[in-house]
Amino acid sequence: MSDVKKIATRDSYGNALAELGAEFPNLYVLDADLAAATKTSTFKKAFPERHIDCGIAEANMTGIAAGLATCGIVPFISSFAMFAAGRNFEQVRNSIGYPHLNVKIGATHAGISVGEDGASHQCNEDMALMRSIPGMVVICPSDDVEAKAAVRAAYEYNGPVYLRFGRFGVPVINDNADYKFEIGKGITLKDGSDITIVATGLCVSQALEAAETLAAEGVSARVINIHTVKPLDEELIIKAAKETKMLFTVEEHSIIGGLGSAVCECLAENHPAKVVRIGMRDRFGESGPAAELIHKYGLDAEGIVKTVKENI
Amino acid sequence: MDKKALMIAANKVRQGIITGVYNAKCGHPGGSLSAAEIFTYLYFEEMNIDPKNPKMEDRDRFVLSKGHVAPGLYSTLANRGFFDVEALKTLRHTGSFLQGHPDMKGVPGVDMSSGSLGQGLSAAVGMALAARLQNKDYRVYCLCGDGEIEEGQIWEAAMFAGHRKLDNLVLFVDNNNLQIDGSLDEVCSPNPIDKKFEAFNFYVQVINGNDFDEIAQALKNAREHKGQPSAIVAKTLKGKGVSYMENSCGWHGKAPNAEEYEIAMKELKEEEAALCQM
Repeated sequence: MSDVKKIATRDSYGNALAELGAEFPNLYVLDADLAAATKTSTFKKAFPERHIDCGIAEANMTGIAAGLATCGIVPFISSFAMFAAGRNFEQVRNSIGYPHLNVKIGATHAGISVGEDGASHQCNEDMALMRSIPGMVVICPSDDVEAKAAVRAAYEYNGPVYLRFGRFGVPVINDNADYKFEIGKGITLKDGSDITIVATGLCVSQALEAAETLAAEGVSARVINIHTVKPLDEELIIKAAKETKMLFTVEEHSIIGGLGSAVCECLAENHPAKVVRIGMRDRFGESGPAAELIHKYGLDAEGIVKTVKENI
Repeated sequence: MDKKALMIAANKVRQGIITGVYNAKCGHPGGSLSAAEIFTYLYFEEMNIDPKNPKMEDRDRFVLSKGHVAPGLYSTLANRGFFDVEALKTLRHTGSFLQGHPDMKGVPGVDMSSGSLGQGLSAAVGMALAARLQNKDYRVYCLCGDGEIEEGQIWEAAMFAGHRKLDNLVLFVDNNNLQIDGSLDEVCSPNPIDKKFEAFNFYVQVINGNDFDEIAQALKNAREHKGQPSAIVAKTLKGKGVSYMENSCGWHGKAPNAEEYEIAMKELKEEEAALCQM
């Protein structure tokens, strides 16, 4: 897929904020000394008076956002997933989640695709943490088109939203006229009758590529893009469980608490089916180029194909 | 209101605290009682609020960062007319709107949910910043415990408020010198509190927080002082107004039994009668 245009979703995030900022004067962006990395610097350049740098103090940034939200401002707080969701879990839960305030959390540098910075900065637990907060929407977009649509949808939605972005360039796969983003609605990207691959984030393009390889080998794989991990599109998942033999979930996240868990919870209660979770298997990441890590941990097309073949 | 009326109002607030905690059979009377004058002065005199329109757009805001003293806030709001004083008897009961810690979704007059120590000041700073960003002239008040300021987030918030020169923000530190495990000096002293806030670019005043004249003067000074947020270190007596609760760690988070309740209410009613005859 080397000829395909690649964009990191953190760039999409910064660009989307700058676009929305022009439309909505009550949109503010808060950073914790990472505007250059979270790409909110794009917004900062366009609307310096609406960009608030809180310094290296994420907990306070989160509380400030809560206070701003009570006064009619729509704040997007930005940091790395490790800090936005990890360090901040309790602030997000108690200052934003419990009062259900209209704060958006833009978390970049999620998952192992952070790369060389290594395990301390590779947050593979953020979706698990955020998903557990009552009323929190959790979105993990798969490419530039979806990420920008997600930022707009998050602004238009009244309530807390966690947005997960990456620093690694990913192929643009949703650049078509029919594309429509709706919070909580999964997208069937490819139909198939033998198995279903349910993917989120940067794993979606890998899942599509895996499905092509599998098709050549006689396995018909359905591919579902779950951009909204919470609320999960249960109807689409149950339908896939009824129509195909087994499901494979793929995420750049721990297999505990993220997409894989959400799919298992849904099916265990509604239509028990075999689910194989592809993700970080209860371990930390490590330093290395993002593409190599994605390959090493079996999250690329090759790894997905291998896991599918081992299980069908 | 004159000082006598304020003292009577504070007495009523204290009666409501005891009533609430007694009926809940748990809760936090000590720090609620120590801050009764601060609550009373803010809601009966200082703040631009309307009990009939609790969400009034440009009202002054209050954040109870030490959310466990919800009985003090609830009693003040009820006595000020935000809701029926009788409701205080449902404090902490299943289904009651008066949750153990303030819930802004359920209680008229509560501007921010709180309870997890260290978080409320950040929200107050956000509100003060919102006023600045939106060119509004409302003011924001926050009450922290002196033990609470051991939380690191307080200093993150203080650094930001000082840096941004948020002079529409007033922080009260209820300095009753006691926390759950003992006195501040025994546990993990945040002293000297005044010097710390000065170092974070606050305009700092140290007052007797159980004295209405000193509270009034400090708030007037804070209003007139430009270019810095205010910290008012309010020296108070934990458990004030109920003899056996005064200056005792044990009454931080404990409800009186029936006998103790009778003694507390008798003392407070006697004080009320004496005040009325002044």
